[in-house]
Amino acid sequence: MVIGLGQLEATRMGTTLAAAFLASLVECVEALTVVLAVGSVRGWPGALAGAASALGVLAAIVAAVGPALTRIPLHLVQLVVGAMILLFGMRWLRKAILRSAGLIALHDEAAAFAKEAAELRGAGVARGWDRLAFAASFNITMLEGTEVVFIVIALGAGGRELMATASLGAVAALLTITALGVALHQPLARVPENTLKCVVGVLLSALGTFWVGEGAGFAWPGNDLAVPVLMAAYLVIAMCLAPICRRVARAVSSPTEEGKTDALV
Amino acid sequence: MRWYRSIAREVVGLFVDDGSFAIAILVWLALVVVVLPRVAADAHWAGLALFAGLALILIESVLRFARQHTK
Repeated sequence: MVIGLGQLEATRMGTTLAAAFLASLVECVEALTVVLAVGSVRGWPGALAGAASALGVLAAIVAAVGPALTRIPLHLVQLVVGAMILLFGMRWLRKAILRSAGLIALHDEAAAFAKEAAELRGAGVARGWDRLAFAASFNITMLEGTEVVFIVIALGAGGRELMATASLGAVAALLTITALGVALHQPLARVPENTLKCVVGVLLSALGTFWVGEGAGFAWPGNDLAVPVLMAAYLVIAMCLAPICRRVARAVSSPTEEGKTDALV
Repeated sequence: MRWYRSIAREVVGLFVDDGSFAIAILVWLALVVVVLPRVAADAHWAGLALFAGLALILIESVLRFARQHTK
C-alpha cells in the first residue's frame, strides 16, 4: 500500500515536472530568439537588463498568486484550473496536429531572429542608455514569461509540493535555454518545437481531463494512474489525426494544389 | 503602456485560438460536470464520458480545419 501511494505521488509529481519543464522550454526558446536579436544589434546591457527586470516581475507574480491559490478549496481549484489547463493543452495539441499535417506553417526561429534584428537595426542608434533595447527585451520576456507563469500556477495549484515542482520545472527550462543561448549565441532553430508542443499538449490535456473529473467528484479507475492512460489515449489520437488530416486535405484540394500540400509535409 | 495590452491579448490567446473549439470544450465540461452526475448512477463512466467528448471535439475541430484550409 505504501509503495502504491508512493507511485501515485511520483506519477503526479513527474507529470507536473515534465509538463512545466517542456512547456516552459518552448516559451523560453521564443523569448531567447528576440533577446539575442536585441543583444547582438543594440548591445547587451539593455537586452539583459530588460530580460532580468521582466523575470523579477514574473517571479513576484508567482510568489504572490501561487500560495493564495493553494488556500482555495481543492475541488474548486481542480474544476477551474483543470478547465483552463484543458483549454490551453488542447489548443496546443490541435495546433501541433495541424502543423504536423502541414496545414499550418512551422515556427521558424531563424526567420524570427532575422526579422527582429532587421527591425532593431532600422530604429537608429541610441545615445547612452538604450531604452529600445530594454523595452524590446522586457516586452518579449514578459509576454512569453506570462505563459510560463500561467503554466506554473495552473500545474501547481493543487498544493505546495506541486507548486514547488512546477516552479522547479520552469526554472530548469529557463536555466537550460539560458545556458544554450550563452554557449551558442544564436537562436535555437533546431529545437523540435512542434514535437515539444505536441508532448506538452498531450500532458496538459490528460492532466486537465483528470483534474476536471476529480473536481466534479468522478471516481477515476486506478486513481492517479488514470493520468498516464489518458496521456496514452491523447497521444494515439494525435498520432492518428495528423496523417488523416493530410489525406482529408488532399481529398478536398484540386489536383494542382495537391503538390503544395505534399511539399509542406 | 502598449505591453500590457499585448500581454492581455497573449493571455486570452493562451486559451482561445479557434473560438468554436474553445466554446465546445467549455459547453461539454459544463454538461458533464452539471448534468452527468444527476443522470448517471456509476461515477466510473463519467470520467470516460468526459474524455470521449473532449476527444470527439478535438477530432471534429482538426478535421474541419483540414477541410476548410487546404493549401
